[in-house]
Amino acid sequence: MFRHILGHLTEGPVTEPAPEPGIDALAELGLRVRAAAQARLGRSLSIREVDAGSCNGCELEIHALNNPIYDLDRFGLRFVASPRHADVLLVTGPVTRNMEEALRRTWDATPEPKWVIAAGACAIDGGIFAGSYAVTGGVDAVIPVDLRIPGCPPRPVELLEGLLALLEVSGG
Amino acid sequence: MVMVFSGDQPLHRVLAGLGERVEGHRPFPRFRLHRADWRSMVDELSANRWTLLGLWGEPRTVHVALRADMTGEVAVASMDCTTGGFPSLSTVRPSAIRLERAVQDLYGLVAEGLTDPRPWLDHGTWGTARPLGTAPEPRGTAGQPEPYPVLPVEGHGLHQIPVGPVHAGIIEPGHFRFTANGETVVRLEERLGYVHKGIEGLMAGRPVAEAARLAARISGDSTVAHSLAFARAVEAALGLEPPPRAVWLRALMAELERIANHLGDIGAIANDAAFAFLLAELSQLRERVLRTADACFGHRLMMDRVVPGGVAVDLPEDGARRLLALVDELRRRFPPLVRVYDGKASLQDRTVSTGQVAMGLANRFGAGGFVGRASGRGQDARRSPSYPPYDDLEFEIPVTTEGDVNARVWIRIREVEQSLSLVEQIVKRMPGVPRSQDGSTPLPLAPLPQGSDAGAGEGMALVEGFRGEILTWVRLEPGGTVGRCHPRDPSWFQWPLLEAAIEGNIVADFPLCNKSFNCSYSGHDL
Ligand code: SF4
Repeated sequence: MFRHILGHLTEGPVTEPAPEPGIDALAELGLRVRAAAQARLGRSLSIREVDAGSCNGCELEIHALNNPIYDLDRFGLRFVASPRHADVLLVTGPVTRNMEEALRRTWDATPEPKWVIAAGACAIDGGIFAGSYAVTGGVDAVIPVDLRIPGCPPRPVELLEGLLALLEVSGG
Repeated sequence: MVMVFSGDQPLHRVLAGLGERVEGHRPFPRFRLHRADWRSMVDELSANRWTLLGLWGEPRTVHVALRADMTGEVAVASMDCTTGGFPSLSTVRPSAIRLERAVQDLYGLVAEGLTDPRPWLDHGTWGTARPLGTAPEPRGTAGQPEPYPVLPVEGHGLHQIPVGPVHAGIIEPGHFRFTANGETVVRLEERLGYVHKGIEGLMAGRPVAEAARLAARISGDSTVAHSLAFARAVEAALGLEPPPRAVWLRALMAELERIANHLGDIGAIANDAAFAFLLAELSQLRERVLRTADACFGHRLMMDRVVPGGVAVDLPEDGARRLLALVDELRRRFPPLVRVYDGKASLQDRTVSTGQVAMGLANRFGAGGFVGRASGRGQDARRSPSYPPYDDLEFEIPVTTEGDVNARVWIRIREVEQSLSLVEQIVKRMPGVPRSQDGSTPLPLAPLPQGSDAGAGEGMALVEGFRGEILTWVRLEPGGTVGRCHPRDPSWFQWPLLEAAIEGNIVADFPLCNKSFNCSYSGHDL
């Protein structure tokens, strides 16, 4: 194991260069967030992930953001265990009726200022599950959404672009 | 208890004696039973050790799939619920309890004598009660969960810890109610259904191609396996043979999916035992697999690549080279990490003898995958009933009997090795790209009959996903739409065992036990 670690020290990091922020995502968020965020936040953003009925595909790619290749931490973005510590709710899934209340409560528990990202086709408008008796049809049917990241699931790099866009705007 | 290992009666013969065979159900026979015969079948279930493979409803009918593990016989029995109910199997097969609760919630068919009749998927938030039954009933309280009576626990010094549905990590939602005596868990009760999306309802009435996209989103981590189970069930119903190359490409994707998930799981289990090094290393290997999948099939998780009739994409020119390079790289980088796992006393201290599942319990619930194989149950759908191309490939099915977290890690390790060998065999031996006369290379995809050519039929498939055996049952209507589809994720028979595994362990070991099971919430909740 120590030989392994030594190898990493001499070979340099496996981390890849960061992508350019997503232009579309940036535009969508707009100046509204910038003003509020500048006043309140530094560079560091805390993210609380909420699965509101996803197929778990989106979670796999969100997990990948933490692997050493994407290494979310270096952007000053970290996943936190409680909504009370979060600036951002990163929500996946079509918001099932059975998760509607839990999502609303999580949002209520998140202190202001706060942002909501709808990640994945389902979170944006219910996606393939829209119209079912068991889903509400997307995150903004339940709580206000600031940023949408399309994809099924969004690739890690697309998630990163969205998060970076949010960070650059909110961090000023 | 004395286990009787002989004397099981032939499943097909017994069911044929009780009911009448239904035409057009492939490849396993289906029998229609009257109520009294269904009761006799329940009696036979207590006398024979047949495994419950699945139980699902339709507006007026209930179906059960069974297997005689010794002989490999598989069959379906059905009963028309003319009085709105059916005799429950729960007293003879506890694995039926949650499935029957789901049938009650969705279809309103009453499982008579069900040992636990509480609602399961229905939390009271849908605008309709019994949404898929003959008489859906509007409810005024959409969005408002009903209170759920957890099982009473009495005893001196016991306290309860409610957890979820929103958890601390990036995982799916579910509720766990721990009853603990000091640090020791005396009971865990799970409550699931939070991610119920109504997939079975959405599939009904859809064209096959659209239903296939829903099947691919039953459980994202098993998108290939669920797509394959759906495709094979549809092909069975239609009597359609996919092109040989498609069959091999499907197995290739299925093995890549298995490797990627096992690598992620082993790392995550180590991480929950406070050993982050392995997660950091193994998540890089997982990423390598996903990138190779992306380069070869155009999607990191290979979603929508396996479709009824064949596959939606063939390998690019350099696909074989990339895949063999991946196998080489993993064979070089994985074994040193296994040695790290094996050599760390602090890690073994957490995983050995933690979260044990007894073999008898695994058998009683018919648990598959690494949960079953770590507890002595060697069932693997690639072997029995088997499906092509696995009958042409060499691989072993690792089995061990310790039944603890460590055993579930080792089964995964061995399966990664086996799957690497399978990927190599497939890439080297796969049938070549078919060339048509004008030199173009058509996709290995058999066209589905369309419109008036599309006949009706019923099909069932058993496919081995990374978690275990998936059962998918489908009825196609004339014209090429899905009448009813029921996909049964392996998690149905693993979730109940997690409740048993944690008993007597400390609360702090729950994340570790849970990760070693890694049941799907979405695949179960549908
Ligand atoms: S967007 Fe796609 S991957 Fe994400 S939860 Fe929905 S179906 Fe699954």
